[in-house]
Amino acid sequence: MPFESDITALWITLRLALITVLVLLLTGTPLAWWLANTRWRFKSIIEAAVALPLVLPPTVIGFYLLIAMGPEGPLGRLTAWLGLEPLAFSFTGLVLGSVIYSLPFVVQPLQSTFSGIGRGPLEVAATLGARPLDRFFTIVIPLSRSGYLTAAVLGFAHTLGEFGVVLMIGGNIPGQTQVLSIAIYDHVESLEYASAHWLAGALLLLSFLLLLLVYGLNRRFDMVKI
Amino acid sequence: MSIHARVCLNRSEFLLQAQFSAPGQGVTAVFGRSGSGKSTLLRTLAGLETPTPGSEISVNGVTWFGQGINLPVHQRRVGYVFQEPTLFPHLSVRGNLDYARDRSGRRSGTGQGRGNGFDEVIALLGLEAFLQRQPGTLSGGEKQRVAIARALLSAPALLLMDEPLAALDLHSKEEILPFLDRLFAGAGMPVLYVSHSPDEVARLADHLLLLEGGSVLAHGPLAEVLGRVDSPIARTDQAFSVVHCEIAELEGPCHLSVLRTAAGDNVYVPRIAAGQRQAIRLRINARDVSLCSQRPVGSSILNVLQAEIVQLSEPDHKGQQLVQLRLKGSAELLLARISEYSCQQMALVPGINIYCQIKSVALLC
Repeated sequence: MPFESDITALWITLRLALITVLVLLLTGTPLAWWLANTRWRFKSIIEAAVALPLVLPPTVIGFYLLIAMGPEGPLGRLTAWLGLEPLAFSFTGLVLGSVIYSLPFVVQPLQSTFSGIGRGPLEVAATLGARPLDRFFTIVIPLSRSGYLTAAVLGFAHTLGEFGVVLMIGGNIPGQTQVLSIAIYDHVESLEYASAHWLAGALLLLSFLLLLLVYGLNRRFDMVKI
Repeated sequence: MSIHARVCLNRSEFLLQAQFSAPGQGVTAVFGRSGSGKSTLLRTLAGLETPTPGSEISVNGVTWFGQGINLPVHQRRVGYVFQEPTLFPHLSVRGNLDYARDRSGRRSGTGQGRGNGFDEVIALLGLEAFLQRQPGTLSGGEKQRVAIARALLSAPALLLMDEPLAALDLHSKEEILPFLDRLFAGAGMPVLYVSHSPDEVARLADHLLLLEGGSVLAHGPLAEVLGRVDSPIARTDQAFSVVHCEIAELEGPCHLSVLRTAAGDNVYVPRIAAGQRQAIRLRINARDVSLCSQRPVGSSILNVLQAEIVQLSEPDHKGQQLVQLRLKGSAELLLARISEYSCQQMALVPGINIYCQIKSVALLC
């Protein structure tokens, strides 16, 4: 049977993944839209930066974030100046780290969906009298349903499995910043294999169900499209 | 009320430099080969392309571009029918039409709208049975009818149609043409209709704008532009004229119907189905017209029209000449393509009367 602290870790993990995805969908939409439409010559610099978390070891991201959040780092100074709690070893800090860590998993599907829509439907909407924001909400968003679903689920699932970044900037404070993947690691370290099994199995099942949802829904959207 | 445009647009390897005025009502066909800038011209008028400063576009007294003004697309009262049917796939047919109607009031202002009633437009394009359907379940022709209805419901001051039939198969074209006839017969707004099909132009247009290499070669009333011996169409084998007739006798002899030109000459055509309109347009290819100095006797060719020679073109490299003729007692122009040798033998000069034998005509109801 899992410990009570494991349930707390599961809850923190889900909360972290959910908030991260919401933040990413809100900030990723304008970023992806810009990337899909800009003709700026140096656009590839931004694209490469967005894709960095795909290749960087999470500990590297975590290390830099830890430095930035420290009392001498820019983020640390900012929070001190604003009179806020330091970000390091806090849940907010975890959200920030996860947002950066999962950024490409949300931005890239959105960008490719936006590119796929093309200019055609937007030009048609414009000739029918729709203003730019109107066009975005009535044409782009509905036509990007499957892209949003993919982005949300990938971002969520990827945050669920986060380990390195959390370990660096979250510490491992039970009830505050201890997430599922670290709880599993702790159990294995202390040779509590039964508890590790419970958590690992739960994570496996959850991830599989999520992906099943994406592929199932995407198929249905395709059928609606035809 | 009219459309004035003087646009210049510089794209890599393409320069559009077009200046023209088109009447504020009726259908103006924009005709030219592919790559002549027809679509680019329409896109520029709609605001989808930005012309160079100094260009001017005004429609029925409203400046859309020029004098420091550049109205964004959604503020130009333009209806646009694209070559490919462009229905929004996530909306039903009704949803697509509502999308246009819901936004039409905002830009039409007060008292300016044509009062395009929803029901009238639906009836005009025969869409009653489709309203609840999804675009994906419609045929190409049906989709394009919905797209036309949608453009009309946006209460445009100018309707732009960019080869709306080009992507359709022959059957769908035949199906949609009667709807266009009805639409244009009652359209209170000017229409610019891009096409590279002589048949469509001859059937639908009142005015003609000829484009070549991004420049306007000629523009004016259809018969006048078509009748020119120096237009780009005239230079090709496709040269043709449009002649207006009335039905004289539907059930003529031997499965024929008899039409009468404005000059009173009879034209025999294959029997026309009853119930069609009284006025009929005939398309006559210049290469199907031969000339006789006297009324031909004992010829199998039924249709002979009296005319006067107006002018002759220079012979081309194949030894062919175009003759522009005015049908006797009317203002209608007819083109004949004959050999340079015949011209010399018959001593054809402007001003002489002549008989035109017409081998075949195409009916364009």
